[in-house]
Amino acid sequence: MSSQETMSIFSPQLAARFDALVLKYPLKRSALVPMLLYAQDEIGYISDAVIDEVAHRVGITPLDVRGVATYYSMLRFKPAGRYNIQVCTNISCMLRGGYDIFDHFQHKLGIGHKGVTADAVFSLEEVECIGACCWAPAIQVNYDFHDELTNEKVDQILDDYRTRAAKGAN
Amino acid sequence: MPRLVSHPDEVKIVTRRFGQGAANIDRYVELGGYESARKCLANGPDYIINEMKASGLRGRGGAGFPTGMKWSFVPKVSAKPKYVLVNGDESEPGTCKDHLIFLHDPHSVIEGTIIAGLAIGAKTGFIYLRGEYRYLIEIMEKAVADAYLKGFLGNAIFGSDQEFQVIVQSGAGAYEVGEESALMESLEGKRGVPRIKPPFPAVVGLYGGPTVINNAETIATVPHIFAMGGAAYAAVGSERNGGTRLFGISGHVERPGVYELPMGYNLKKMIYEVAGGVRGGRELKAVVPGGSSTPVLLPNEIDIGMDFDQVGKAGSMLGSGGVVVIDDQTCIVEFAMRTISFYQHESCGWCIPCREGTDWLKKSLTRFHAGFGTMKDIDNIQYLAENMMGRTFCPLGDAAAMPTLGFVKKFRKEFEAHLDGKPCPFAKHVDLAVV
Repeated sequence: MSSQETMSIFSPQLAARFDALVLKYPLKRSALVPMLLYAQDEIGYISDAVIDEVAHRVGITPLDVRGVATYYSMLRFKPAGRYNIQVCTNISCMLRGGYDIFDHFQHKLGIGHKGVTADAVFSLEEVECIGACCWAPAIQVNYDFHDELTNEKVDQILDDYRTRAAKGAN
Repeated sequence: MPRLVSHPDEVKIVTRRFGQGAANIDRYVELGGYESARKCLANGPDYIINEMKASGLRGRGGAGFPTGMKWSFVPKVSAKPKYVLVNGDESEPGTCKDHLIFLHDPHSVIEGTIIAGLAIGAKTGFIYLRGEYRYLIEIMEKAVADAYLKGFLGNAIFGSDQEFQVIVQSGAGAYEVGEESALMESLEGKRGVPRIKPPFPAVVGLYGGPTVINNAETIATVPHIFAMGGAAYAAVGSERNGGTRLFGISGHVERPGVYELPMGYNLKKMIYEVAGGVRGGRELKAVVPGGSSTPVLLPNEIDIGMDFDQVGKAGSMLGSGGVVVIDDQTCIVEFAMRTISFYQHESCGWCIPCREGTDWLKKSLTRFHAGFGTMKDIDNIQYLAENMMGRTFCPLGDAAAMPTLGFVKKFRKEFEAHLDGKPCPFAKHVDLAVV
């Protein structure tokens, strides 16, 4: 085992996923974008250590990785809450009250755009179109879609995730 | 779970298997799935391309380029491997049709990819989905794994001597990656910036090899064309616009949803009958006919057939088929501001007219909506937009400029109503943070 492997910050599952992924492509580097996202799912954000490890595994420089990572809006460079709430306010959602939903989340959570609650359970983001225009207003909590929202539904969603957090579940 | 809708005027071809458990491979096969791929395998590339040309299918991503012709441009002989790329980066505001295809009929995308591969002589296909669609990526990955187990994908597909591999790829958040060459960059592990053209992807595409890239809806339509015959498919639509389209109707309508209607279906009827009319019995103010980048239409401009040519003649574009309906309680300046704010956010920064233009437009419109605009700003907004048009590597600059020009030209009075510190007549959200 090389020293890099012993120092891996990836779980064995993530490392295995990465190893399988790179074999699929004619070019190893093609694994870069999805891999960064999968690493973020596990570690929480794109830390310097993630950048170094991905660079090593793909065989490019950390600077190259950073250059690519900063392009993609889903990748973040500091931790989010356990449940990252992404509220779409783009046109179709806006027309059906997307901003009211965003305001309601801000009010209920006491945080603004890109904010994280003190207990780190929730973070909030205003995002661009998430592809749920016909079911607006819509949000994503991590990767889960919630659509046709009202303030009452928002309250219910927050309660549900709080309960899940209390149980230690994802 | 996104709600499925239905209307008697629908012609269900692409949506035929929606809501019937077709994500399960056995169910898909039971419903006639993978028969088209077998048929194409038996009949060869010339048959495939001729049938595609006969179908009149035009690209569902927005540009409306004839699919059969696109496939025929790929050189028969190539030193480098050829590729099929499926664009499922669906990010144009107002568009959510591919979402349903991946959810309800993932195998139709795989089958269409196989057929495209057989047509051009490719051995590998990539299905690229936006990263936000994680649950759909998982559905697609499961479908691909099942297709391998059945021998529909792999080194000897359907027991033949032909090889075809499919890889599902996740993006990580970028509208620009929906542009074909930017998608290739992203798939090569780079920033999603567009490439200069020519060369076009059919000659030099992914990894430098000849590549066919099609929208997910286009690809999902392909198996149905071979099931019903190209001519029969063409007959469903209007002249030079074969088949049906998945129209996503959103905004201020009673029954928003994705409806599959024949190409050329009347827009007015689509809004008032299919989608149940303007919500709450209000008056219609404007319609964005094909996703946020298409110029706005006024109520007296919507008695038109929804196909690439007729919407073009009306001064807009059919685009992605995302129909956004706006009622009389909406501030068009705010709507324009939100639209341009999206393009400003998504501009990749590669071309200066787009990077700087979208930024200036956003600033002007935001200031304007806040009541701090001047008469000169209205002309400046128009001047900026006009100078972005056609001056960028990819269509994002145009996509930002075109709707802006439409808003300013068609709603100039409403822009003027925001002058001289007057509060927005519809004021709800005035964002001063970015002024």
